Amino acid sequence: MFRTEEMDINMGPQHPSTHGVLRLKLTLDGEEIVDVRPIIGYLHRGVEKLCEYRTYPMIEPLTDRLDYVAAISENLGYCGAVEKLMGLVVPPRAQYIRVILAELQRIASHLLWLGTHALDLGAMTVYFYTFRERELILDLFEQFCGARLTYNSMRIGGLLEDVPPGWTDRVRHFLTIFPSRQKEYEDLLTVNRIWLGRTRGVGILSPEDAVAMGASGPTLRGSGVDYDVRRAQPYCSYEQFEFDVPTGTNCDTYDRYLVRMEEMRQSCRIIRQALDRLPEGEVRAKVPKYIKPPVGEVYHVVESPRGEQGFYLVSKGGEMPYRVRFRSPSFVNLQALPMMCKGRLIADVVAVIGSIDIVLGDVDR
Amino acid sequence: MDQAALVQHIVIPAIQILVVVLILPLAISYLQLVERKVLGFMQVRLAPRRVGWHGLLQPIADAVKLLIKEDIIPEKAERFLFTLAPIATVIPALAALAVIPFAGAPFQVFGYSVNPWITDINVGLLYLLAISSLGIYGIILGGWASNSKYSLLGALRSSAQMISYEIPLGFAIIGVMMLSGTASMVEIVKAQKEAGMWFVVPQIAGFFCYFIAAVAETNRIPFDLPEAEAELVAGFHTEYSGMKFAFFFLAEYTNMIVVSSIATILFFGGWLRPFPGVASLDWLENGWLVLGPLALGGFLGWLVDQRSGGGLRFMFAGGVLGLLLGCGAAITDVGGLAGMSLPAVSGAFWFFFKVSIFLFMYIWFRGTYPRYRYDQLMALGWKWLIPLSVVNVIGTGLVMLLRE
Repeated sequence: MFRTEEMDINMGPQHPSTHGVLRLKLTLDGEEIVDVRPIIGYLHRGVEKLCEYRTYPMIEPLTDRLDYVAAISENLGYCGAVEKLMGLVVPPRAQYIRVILAELQRIASHLLWLGTHALDLGAMTVYFYTFRERELILDLFEQFCGARLTYNSMRIGGLLEDVPPGWTDRVRHFLTIFPSRQKEYEDLLTVNRIWLGRTRGVGILSPEDAVAMGASGPTLRGSGVDYDVRRAQPYCSYEQFEFDVPTGTNCDTYDRYLVRMEEMRQSCRIIRQALDRLPEGEVRAKVPKYIKPPVGEVYHVVESPRGEQGFYLVSKGGEMPYRVRFRSPSFVNLQALPMMCKGRLIADVVAVIGSIDIVLGDVDR
Repeated sequence: MDQAALVQHIVIPAIQILVVVLILPLAISYLQLVERKVLGFMQVRLAPRRVGWHGLLQPIADAVKLLIKEDIIPEKAERFLFTLAPIATVIPALAALAVIPFAGAPFQVFGYSVNPWITDINVGLLYLLAISSLGIYGIILGGWASNSKYSLLGALRSSAQMISYEIPLGFAIIGVMMLSGTASMVEIVKAQKEAGMWFVVPQIAGFFCYFIAAVAETNRIPFDLPEAEAELVAGFHTEYSGMKFAFFFLAEYTNMIVVSSIATILFFGGWLRPFPGVASLDWLENGWLVLGPLALGGFLGWLVDQRSGGGLRFMFAGGVLGLLLGCGAAITDVGGLAGMSLPAVSGAFWFFFKVSIFLFMYIWFRGTYPRYRYDQLMALGWKWLIPLSVVNVIGTGLVMLLRE
């Protein structure tokens, strides 16, 4: 008459803390997780196939919609891939502005992550603080390209236009106020006992497992693996900047949190260097009117806020690519989720999902 | 039974109950507005301002919305229990108010002496503990009857949590009962007056145990696991909407008010002024000398707001102070007409002032802390609060023994 049984429960696709339309099939023994199966595809738009029917410049707006929280990183990666295929050399000024944009985007993306991650764990005030600063960055982007979310900010061979007058000063102003604001978040979270209890020792991903699962970005570095595409395979003149790559030691959610917090500081450092040394000159290389890359294929990776974002293009010499493939870090990092959650409590799933920072547009493409 | 006794023992209590039950929902809806405003200011945003002047009509709009909403009962739900659950939650919460004394001195209305409490029974504290445990039934029934897994998990969490935290809550209260030698709420406050100090001074550990357990008991952040929206959608009331949801909501906020009132009465001297043993502070008991500065504060807040053009914080502070002033003035006016004495006003002022501070702390917690995890919550309750509260009881007993 009396017996216990495991309970299946669907978390998502409509759930407050699955960050989009992720669906998790949880098997629970009471509050304990027996099994987690991520079920994806609710946001699949077939972007890779769509790209086969677009000319090269028309694909860039589509890349905006992959990782819509960090669209500039996608733009940068895609343009970099086409430029590599065509052998274009981007003028230094354009490269530096691209670096500034990409690092601002990294801060904005990490701010969104921090706010929602804290909100998932019940600390609602951090969310409003981080969005206040994210607004400032979005204002900067709006002044640069007119859009606040899907920017289409770059062009193959450089940028469409130079930055508007006074823009660099506004970026500098942001850099002066941001460190004190970041201290506010740290005051609320970093030494908060409840926050430590919720994140320390939760969602442990050993370095071996992280590498084996192909994890990248802060998820990999939180596990103590010192790998950053910006330093390992520098692109877009990143080799000219000085920055540290933070890594964790305990491989848990708290370390991934610390890694991202430190990355925001390092991004500020990179932007400051780029502003100080911003070269004069053109912002776009000589690009033919019709972009027809030579026959061949190319794979180009950039370090997006989520990790290693790869772009694989196959050209048959026409105006449109023959095949496009995106390696999305969110998708790969998500595969490590069951490993991190098994045997833990249901509340930890929320913490772990927050700590791997997935964007479903990027997972489902 | 002659007419006077009939009025004294039946009509007046009935009117008192009616007043409490009718005024409380209104007070709670405005408490909710205060919560949204305070959270808004903590979170660099403006909070409700569209409905009415600075959002003052927002609670009314919310209540009307909940009233006219479609009352959905899920198809697979157990209809009878699903309907019963919100009622079973809200009734114990309201019943707990019966023994709360809002002020000290009785006042005269049309020749009848009216106490500022509904009843004063000699087992008041036991009654409160008993009644507050009943509230769990509504939550378990609601979670189970919804026939939803999230609701069930929320209800299970809630019952485990409330049962665990009732133990330190009870132990924390025992210290006060030992010091005062009574379980009657009114007598406990009088004992504090005789002792010349609030019981928070000898019972500081007991107070901490009580307050933490009380926050957990009311399912508020950082102990809001039963309705942790990030994990369980909305916990036990996931499937509820409309007026049924409003009942759960009402119960939660009533419980907040009740536990804040109990904390005030047991540890902070109820209606007593600060430092009840210091004779030179007697002027604090004069209602006018308390209300005067408040009026000034309210006026200055308003003035600063007018000058600085939208200094919302000043507006808010001024608004709260002005509200208090308005209440005070209204009560004193009635008192002037009906022969109410000023000590009742001052007592009510100090009581509600202390309760407001506790309620503010609830909101403050909500703006500051993340949420505990289930096992951490249990560990805190069983490994820290229960031993601490037991040690507190033993320590109090030893000290009392040695002093004799």
